[in-house]
Amino acid sequence: MGNWVVNHWLSVLVLATWLGLNVFLFVHAFLLYEKADKYYYTREILGSALAWARASARCLNFNSMLILLPMCRNLLSFLRGTCSFCRCSLKKQLDHNLTFHKLVAYMICLHTAIHIIAHLFNFERYSSSRQATNGSLASVLSSLSQEEEGVSWLNPIKSPNMTVTYVTFTSIPGLTGVIITIALVLMVTSATEFIRRNYFEVFWYTHHVFIIYFIGLGIHGIGGIVRGQTEESIKENHPHRCAESFETWNDHNSHCKPPRFEGHPAESWKWILAPVVLYIFERILRFYRSQQQVVITKVVMHPSKVLELQMNKRGFSMEVGQYIFVNCPSISYLEWHPFTLTSGPEEDFFSIHIRAVGDWTENLLRTFEQQHSPVPRIQVDGPFGTASEDVFHYEVAMLVGAGIGVTPFASILKSIWYKFQHADHSLKTQTIYFYWICREIGAFAWFNDLLASLEQEMEDLGKVGFLNYRLFLTGWDSNIAGHAALNFDKATDILTGLKHKTFFGRPMWDNEFCTIATTHPKSVVGVFLCGPQALAKSLRKCCHQYSSLDPRKVQFFFNKENF
Amino acid sequence: MGQIEWAMWANEQALASGLILITGGIVATAGQFTQWYFGAYSIAAGVFICLLEYPRGKRKKGSTMERCGQKYMTKVVKLFGPFSRNYYVRAILHLGLSVPAGFLLATILGTACLAISSGIYLLAATRGEQWTPIESKPKERPQVGATIKQPPSNPPPRPPAEARKKLSEEEEVATGVSSGPQENPIPVTDEVV
Repeated sequence: MGNWVVNHWLSVLVLATWLGLNVFLFVHAFLLYEKADKYYYTREILGSALAWARASARCLNFNSMLILLPMCRNLLSFLRGTCSFCRCSLKKQLDHNLTFHKLVAYMICLHTAIHIIAHLFNFERYSSSRQATNGSLASVLSSLSQEEEGVSWLNPIKSPNMTVTYVTFTSIPGLTGVIITIALVLMVTSATEFIRRNYFEVFWYTHHVFIIYFIGLGIHGIGGIVRGQTEESIKENHPHRCAESFETWNDHNSHCKPPRFEGHPAESWKWILAPVVLYIFERILRFYRSQQQVVITKVVMHPSKVLELQMNKRGFSMEVGQYIFVNCPSISYLEWHPFTLTSGPEEDFFSIHIRAVGDWTENLLRTFEQQHSPVPRIQVDGPFGTASEDVFHYEVAMLVGAGIGVTPFASILKSIWYKFQHADHSLKTQTIYFYWICREIGAFAWFNDLLASLEQEMEDLGKVGFLNYRLFLTGWDSNIAGHAALNFDKATDILTGLKHKTFFGRPMWDNEFCTIATTHPKSVVGVFLCGPQALAKSLRKCCHQYSSLDPRKVQFFFNKENF
Repeated sequence: MGQIEWAMWANEQALASGLILITGGIVATAGQFTQWYFGAYSIAAGVFICLLEYPRGKRKKGSTMERCGQKYMTKVVKLFGPFSRNYYVRAILHLGLSVPAGFLLATILGTACLAISSGIYLLAATRGEQWTPIESKPKERPQVGATIKQPPSNPPPRPPAEARKKLSEEEEVATGVSSGPQENPIPVTDEVV
């Protein structure tokens, strides 16, 4: 529990602040429209539906302002960079931008529903009070016409024959409201997880309908349909004094003149202007960065359809654990795909390993396989993501990579090795235990080679105990096991060619933690995982279990990294 | 863009439209708006559309995530045969269902969304897509007999397999098919303690 609080306090704080602001804005607007004298006569016709519509409108403005900000990834990178003095937890919060974007989107959907339902009631009540012939206050108010100055009307439905549908589609607020709601529905239906994962292009292109949403939202308030009594009119006709005597308003000797009303100016644009400008700037920046030349220095085709690209770009500097977005115009102009960087920051190039899993990646591999000269152009945006510098701060590091999660560790291991070779003082690590768990080794043969070369270099330097790694093959069958049993005596493993033997099945974490605890009884051990949630749970449990109660003895710290 | 199955998006859009129709219909009926009977129609149409669209069709390539509990509706939708398989039918059906709801402001949003969904289904139909139900694969029952290896035929104490094989060969050579009472290869003595 304590560990959860330490890891998540900032998320909880951000969410609580956001929810709190939503509630505050809603309640504040609600009370204003429900209680203020200015809207007394409006409420006479509309009832509480006015307050519900306006309160949800304010929350819609607030959330529409917020929704663009998490999508400005270059801005977030800039914030992350300037906050280098800030704690890591602040920077990690910025990695949850997509989650926040979705939460804000759900809130927008909720408030849109409230807003539309309230306005349906509003229109219906305006319509029925326009058609009412019983001489009630509502009908008198509705018949206040606009002949004189054109501003004293209250009811937007001008004649009893007008239908609400007609008014909706012939007024700016109504028409823009329908359009932007349809845009919102399209965005939401194409952004469901199923569509996003399997038909990404549908999501990506349809989601750009947000441009229509923001333009429509900006002009939605023009027209002044929400009306309140003017200041001067309240002096002549205060609702508390004059509401009862509404039949006598038109008499000459009456103390109460007929009330006059004015509409609100549009206010949505004030909320959304800054984020829209920021986002436009972000897109321009992305485009500019993508135009910078990327030089491909080396192309390596690894077995099992893995392509390694080593590249150079001017002004590119990366840290361990970051990722980049890659675009290949000859395959698709508009698609950008993220890949984790697999090179260390100390190398003079940056590299990614691309595995063929879908349309775009298969096309990319095919294009490079054909070896046309010149090499197809690549555009790169990034790097993004929080650097995993924590790895270097622990005396003993336990790194666990499961399946594809092993990719960021390529970068980390290389960097650790460079720092070690050059006796970098920022590297506190003395021993590394690396656990690599995968179903079958084929797709990661390249990582295998990396481990082999690290092993070799360590032997040359005579530092054999620095890197200890264990490979766990979970997709084994009796053939593989039998083969391994037969070759038990060989010095290198038959599957990987490495000095450490391959284990079959999943690791027994209790044994591992026990061994490490006894080998390093006084150290602080950092445990880093890149893999599935279930594994995170069991590792966290083991960390609690095997951390000694005495703070001077062995302590395990679980770091939930999201690469 | 070659791998897009438009019907999948049309399905999400239609499901959303069904929900919007139901909501608009409830608002109109509960609020007793003028011409609220369109709202009542809209609720019925919305429920029908949601039930029809709830079972997701199978993707052409790859595995498809089922919606929670969709197998009951899959059986029902499958019964309609070509009417539920063919997307032209669905496109026209949705267009037709959306028209009456267009007469009431509360449900007009549902009309618009359903009409869009109808358009996407039309596009899917022109590209030859079809609705195929997601069938659960029958669980392969492990052959009970095959997992049990041949049980030993001798009572204990049993010599190792090679000795047994040699002995049985000798016996066969000597006496043909051995039958009758079991000959213990190692003499068994009862030890009375």
